[in-house]
Amino acid sequence: MYRRLLCGMAFAVALSAPLASRAQDTELGKIREELRQLKEVYERRIQALEQRLQQSEAKAGKAEEAALQAAVQASSRPAGENAFNPALSVILNGTLGNLKRDPNAYRINGFVPTMGEVSPPPRGLSLGESELVLSASVDHLFRGALIAAIAPGGGIEVEEGYVQTLGLSSGFTIKAGRFFSGVGYQNAVHAHAWDFTDAPLASKAFLGGQLAEDGIQVKWVAPTELYVDLGLELGRGRKFPGVPDGGRSKNGFGSGTLFTHAGGDLGASTAWQLGISHLRTSPQGRGYNDVDSTGTAVNNSFTGRSRLWGIDGILKWAPNGNATSTNLKLQGEYFRRTESGALTYDTQAASLGTQTGSYRSKQSGWYAQGIYQFMPEWRVGYRHDRLNSGTTGIGLVAPGALTAADFPVLGGHNPRRNSVMLDWSPSEFSRWRLQLARDYSRFGVPDNQVFLQYVMSLGAHSAHKF
Amino acid sequence: MKTILKVLALIGLSFSFCQAFAALNIFACEPEWGALAQEIAGDKAAVYSATTALQDAHRIEARPSLIARIRSADLLVCSGSELEIGWLPLLLTQSGNSRIQRGMPGYLEASQQVARIEIPQVVARSLGDIHPGGNPHIHTDARNIARVAEVLALRLAQLDPQNAVAYKFRSEAFGARWRAAIERWERAGARLKDVPVVVYHRDFSYFIRWMGMREAGSLEPKPGIPPTPAHLAELVEQMKRAPAKVIVYSPYNDPRAAQFLSERTGIPAVMLPYTVGGNEKAKDLFGLFDETIALFLAVMK
Ligand SMILES: [Zn+2]
Repeated sequence: MYRRLLCGMAFAVALSAPLASRAQDTELGKIREELRQLKEVYERRIQALEQRLQQSEAKAGKAEEAALQAAVQASSRPAGENAFNPALSVILNGTLGNLKRDPNAYRINGFVPTMGEVSPPPRGLSLGESELVLSASVDHLFRGALIAAIAPGGGIEVEEGYVQTLGLSSGFTIKAGRFFSGVGYQNAVHAHAWDFTDAPLASKAFLGGQLAEDGIQVKWVAPTELYVDLGLELGRGRKFPGVPDGGRSKNGFGSGTLFTHAGGDLGASTAWQLGISHLRTSPQGRGYNDVDSTGTAVNNSFTGRSRLWGIDGILKWAPNGNATSTNLKLQGEYFRRTESGALTYDTQAASLGTQTGSYRSKQSGWYAQGIYQFMPEWRVGYRHDRLNSGTTGIGLVAPGALTAADFPVLGGHNPRRNSVMLDWSPSEFSRWRLQLARDYSRFGVPDNQVFLQYVMSLGAHSAHKF
Repeated sequence: MKTILKVLALIGLSFSFCQAFAALNIFACEPEWGALAQEIAGDKAAVYSATTALQDAHRIEARPSLIARIRSADLLVCSGSELEIGWLPLLLTQSGNSRIQRGMPGYLEASQQVARIEIPQVVARSLGDIHPGGNPHIHTDARNIARVAEVLALRLAQLDPQNAVAYKFRSEAFGARWRAAIERWERAGARLKDVPVVVYHRDFSYFIRWMGMREAGSLEPKPGIPPTPAHLAELVEQMKRAPAKVIVYSPYNDPRAAQFLSERTGIPAVMLPYTVGGNEKAKDLFGLFDETIALFLAVMK
C-alpha cells in the first residue's frame, strides 16, 4: 500500500520537475551535498556495526555453535542410498454394488459408445483397480511420476507416466509422457480423489470416462495475483474421442487441447476457479458396436473431426479457510461437442453389407455437484447429471436405404442421473462411502444403483490438486 | 534539452526506486515465518503468508491464489519436516518457478536449521499422522526463531546482495532485541517449570521443553486424529488421578474437546495464540511470546 503510494509520489516528482527547473539548479546542488554527507555518516555507522557483529560472533562461543550443528545434524533424516527412493503409495479400493440393471450391458443411449471404462461398478462384491504410484524428482531439473493401474482380473495398465520440468522459470511447466488431459476439471483428478464412486455422465459420454493422452503439455502461469494459467497439449489421440485402440500410425499429432483457468480467493473463507477448455481431434476409423434392425451385432466406424468445448467451475468454502471441521465444495462442468465426417455401417459385412454415409452431431451435457462436510470425518453430497443428445444427422438413414432402427444407440435420448452419497474418512488415508443413484442413461426403466465403497491409500502422503 | 534529460533521469530513478522497494518476494508457509521475514527484510521485500493462525497448516488446499503467489516468489520460508506435505509439493510442481524448488537458495526449511525433537523411532500410519522428520512446530521455542533468523538473514543477503548490509544490520538489531526478550521470557517463565499441561496437538512441544514444563496428555488420541469420546473419557480419569494445571489448544483447533475436558475436571482450558495473529495481542513475534507466557502465568495464580 505505502509502497504504491511512494512509487506514485516519486513519479509525480519526476513529472513536475520541469515546472521549477531553473530555480532548482542551485537547490539541487545543496540537496546533493546533504545526501553525500548523510551517506558518509551511514556508511561509517554500518562499518562500526559490522565490526561489532563480527567480534560478538567470534565471542559467542565456537563450542556452542559446534554443539548446535551436531544436534541439528543428529536430528536430520538418515541419509544413504535409501533416502533417494521415490515416494511410493498404493491405493486400494473395492465396492459392494447392488444394481437393478446389468452393468455389463450399460450404455448411454443417444451417444456414440466410447468403448472405454464407463460402466458402473459390478454387481456384488468386487475389487476395483488398484493403483501403484511412484514419484520423485529426477534431478534438479525434472520430476517423474508413474501411476500404474492393476486390474482386478490381472494385467497392468500405465494410467499416467510422465516427466515434468522443475527447472523452468517464468511460470512455465512442461510435461511429457502419458498424463490425464487438462480438458475440463475432473478429468485430471485421480479416481480415488473423486467425490462420487463413478465419473459424471458428461465425462463418460465425451471423454470415455477419463482421457489420458500420450503427448506433451505446456502450461504457463501468469505473473499476477489473480491466478491465470494457459495450457496447450499435443497428443497422440490414443483414446476416445480420438481412436480408442491406441491411435493410428501417423507422424505428428492426433489431438490438440487448449485450456485456461482463472482463480482466486474471495475473502479468507472462499476460493474459486473457472476454466475453459477445447479439445480437437480427427478420429480415423473410430469403431463402436451396435445391434441393427435385423438383430445382428454390427461394428460401425466414424472418420472425421471431433470438437469438444468445456466450461468448468469450482468453489470451495470453509470458515476462515480452516476446512478441518466443516467445509463446502461446489463443482460443475458443461461440455458441448460437434462431430462431422463419415459413418461406415457394418464394417465387417456381418449383416446388411458395408455402407458409408455422412455423419454430423451436436451434443451437450453437464453436471453439478455439492459436497458438504458437516462434521469432522463426515461428508454428504448430491450430484445431478444431464446429457442432451441434440441433433444427429446420419446420411445412411434415407428412404430405400437404412433406417434409424439400424443405429439404435444413436437414437435421440436425454440421459439424466441423480446421485447422493455419504462418506466417512477416519483419516486422510481412508474413506468409506455409501452412494445411491437413479440412472436414466439407457432407454426404458431407470437403473437404481447402490454402492458401498472403500478407498484407502498406503504409503506416501498424496497431495490433491484444488 | 537539459531539462528533458533531467526528467528522464528522474523517471528512470523512480523506476529503479520502485523496483528496489520490492526487490524480493517472500512466500512464507506460516505466519510466524512471514513475521520473521518482515523483521529481517523490512521494506526490502514483499512478504506473503500462505496461511493464517486460524488455519491448520497440516491441512491446506493448494488453492489457485497460492499458486499465483508462489509463481513469483524469490524465497520460500516454511516449517518443513513434512508439516506442509499435503499441499506444498503440489504448489512447487505447479509454480513454474525454479528459484524456490527444494535445494535452491530460495528454498528455506526452518525446521532443518534447528535440532528437532520427537523423531519417531517407528514410522507407521497406525500411529496417526506423525511427522517422520521430527516435530515441525519448532517456532514455539523462541531460541529456534533466533537461529532461523540468522540463516534467513544470510539467505536474504545471498539472494539480494545489493541489500546485504541492510539485512545484516536489521538481523543484528532484531537479534539483540530478541536475545533480550528471551531473557525476559525465561525469567517470567521460571514459574512454569515442571507444570503439567494437556495439549490438543503436539504443537507446543518445543515451548514445553524450553520452559521445562511437562506434557501430561493430548486431546488427540494420535497425532492428526481428532479427539474421540473414548479417549476423552480416559483423559478425564487420568486427570482425576494426576491433574494437569492447564489444558491448551490453538486457534485452529475445535475448542469443544478442550472445553469438555475442562468442564469435567475443573482444569482451565486456554486458547494460546500459537502463532502470529492467533489473538489480538499476538500481533508480531514479540507479542506472540509475551502473550503465550502471560496466558500461562494467568492460570498459575
Ligand atoms: Zn503437527
